Amino acid sequence: MKFASEFRDGKLARKITATIAAECRPDRQYSFMEFCGGHTHTIARYGLEAMLPGSIRLVHGPGCPVCVLPVGRIDSAIELACDHGVILCTYGDTMRVPGSHRLSLLKAKAAGGDIRMVWSTLDALKIARDNPGRDVVFFAIGFETTTPPTAMAVKMARAEGLKNFSIFCNHVLTPSAMRAVFEGGSLPLQGVIGPGHVSAVIGIDAYREFSDEGMPVVVAGFEPLDLLQAILMLVRQVNEDRPRVENAYVRALPAVGNEKARGVIAETMTLRKSFEWRGLGTLPDSAVRLADDYADFDAERRFDLPYRTVPDPKSCACAEVVRGIKHPQDCPLFGRGCTPDNPIGSCMVSSEGGCAAHWLYGRHNMAGKGQKEPA
Amino acid sequence: MNSHTDRNSHLSARPLDLVNGRIDLTHGGGGRAMAQLIGEVFAGAFDNPYLAQGNDMAVMPPIGERLVMSTDGYVVSPIFFPGGDIGSLAVHGTINDVAMSGARPLYLSAGFILEEGLPLADLRRIVESMANAAREAGVPIVTGDTKVVERGKADGVFITTAGVGALRDGVHIAGDRIQPGDAIIVSGTIGDHGIALLSKRENLEFETTIESDSAPLHGLIAAMVDAEPDIHCLRDPTRGGLASTLNELAHQSGLGMVIDEDAVPIRPSVRGACELLGIDPLGVANEGKLVAFCPRDKAERLVSVMRAQPFGQDATVIGHTQADERRLVWLKTAFGSERVVEWFNGEQLPRIC
Repeated sequence: MKFASEFRDGKLARKITATIAAECRPDRQYSFMEFCGGHTHTIARYGLEAMLPGSIRLVHGPGCPVCVLPVGRIDSAIELACDHGVILCTYGDTMRVPGSHRLSLLKAKAAGGDIRMVWSTLDALKIARDNPGRDVVFFAIGFETTTPPTAMAVKMARAEGLKNFSIFCNHVLTPSAMRAVFEGGSLPLQGVIGPGHVSAVIGIDAYREFSDEGMPVVVAGFEPLDLLQAILMLVRQVNEDRPRVENAYVRALPAVGNEKARGVIAETMTLRKSFEWRGLGTLPDSAVRLADDYADFDAERRFDLPYRTVPDPKSCACAEVVRGIKHPQDCPLFGRGCTPDNPIGSCMVSSEGGCAAHWLYGRHNMAGKGQKEPA
Repeated sequence: MNSHTDRNSHLSARPLDLVNGRIDLTHGGGGRAMAQLIGEVFAGAFDNPYLAQGNDMAVMPPIGERLVMSTDGYVVSPIFFPGGDIGSLAVHGTINDVAMSGARPLYLSAGFILEEGLPLADLRRIVESMANAAREAGVPIVTGDTKVVERGKADGVFITTAGVGALRDGVHIAGDRIQPGDAIIVSGTIGDHGIALLSKRENLEFETTIESDSAPLHGLIAAMVDAEPDIHCLRDPTRGGLASTLNELAHQSGLGMVIDEDAVPIRPSVRGACELLGIDPLGVANEGKLVAFCPRDKAERLVSVMRAQPFGQDATVIGHTQADERRLVWLKTAFGSERVVEWFNGEQLPRIC
């Protein structure tokens, strides 16, 4: 498998970790936030934390789309399917995200809601074409990576005159979430691993505002060597005390991002004044909705969906986990009632969520009494 | 299904339109239409002396050994997939469940739930595939049943098969017999079935040459048991894949396991498809593979016996068991790190069998 196995070379990994260990200063602590859930997944899957020196701490960030989706948005999606009788199309990850009253899209589907898992917005368009008598709504979530396909779907729907298709738009913006984490102020971070695929759309200049304020940022790809390389670059930035934005993902990521993708977003969408995030609160200018010119395709307007803020379940620490303040296993519910099979909080749903990644790859089993390492 | 085909032979109904015809509600009504369907589609294909007894049950000779029985429902979607279909799968799957005890599978039963509107051509293709699979395996379908439900109440066709087998003395193969230090062997490449199915899923079709590994494993198992009667456990890693099977057995045996990622055989095409879809091949279903546990000093011989069999050519040791109160399954990754392998609930791939 070319272009993947080369970036999973264990021998090379040990060389990089040895260099990292040699360059870490003994009197320093290095806390780096991996913003993106894709990175969280790779770190857990390959056990990267255990390969790094003790002075490096990796902190999960809010870059997991389903983790930052507030309960109120899930409730609205369920309302669309169950009360408005639409065909609700959604990415698989959102199916198990808990809403109010112990409901989720999966449970709403079992209760009779017509909810269909799709792999792309093109599938949702096809469902709309095949069911001209039904309203078909695409439940759009995610950061700047999943926004362009939604934007394209809206353009195609208009071009085709697909009147029964609309979007429940919940796309959010990476820089806003980063700002919210840094402005929260309670986190002593020495650097950020920037998201590779988001940056492939928005470009790396989007993080300049953070490095200008003293925060080193290295944008990384998603293979284990990509991440180790980024960590080494961050250690060097910290040691040199020269914060800047660097690109460790040059094989996929042009520094300017993707102008075309940004173009379709700008054409079809507009900034929301405010948007509620799970864990980060209500943030100004942090999400998009469909532009007025495309209002006909906006499910919130078409179905007059009200938005209600719903508090997270009691004891659930997702809010602290997405800010990096708490480690997944510090949550009182972790593994005690909250597991990927039956998640209480959103971080336990997707394998990109901090809690689910830890659970799935057993990182919580790595420490503690009675541990038996592989023989 | 055994009912009345001969007695109805004087009927002068027009033959079924097996090219353009469809199942309708009369085919499940217990009347002549049902008898005709059984006569023209099922009876000839499954033909064997027990079915030909023509009663609502089959009477078989005594076997003088321990009886083994298993049953399984098949709801796979799509019903035809590269390397098989719901019919062959329903035969192989139940034969394998019986054989995992070390038993010789002897007889099968088959129950069909047909949805109104199912093309008769599809039904005939499924039934013929089932009949071929049963014939090749040497395990006859001796009794059966057919029901028809209204359109929308099923998805084309669902099949339930049950199997009966005979288990010779001295063979005791079960999850709780696994011992610390046992070798863990797989019979071949992992993930073929799930990926072959996924490649044909509506909305997800991708070009691939991967075929399902659906196959009857009783021949392989007979050779293994002959060579090494003290095999501790056999299990087929179907839904949830190798990862779920190992976790299941870790719980049943109260032991931990360690497997070596580099040793697990996976076709490059399956690995590539998994990469593309973001799926872990360890969690992908198999329908023609088994995992065996045996004393470590017997593993080499067992593997060589397996490799001499058509469905065991890529057999290999992938790890071992160890004492561990927490019953964890560890993976030594090809990357050089270690991680725990969790159960997979496989909801992204519903109805793979």
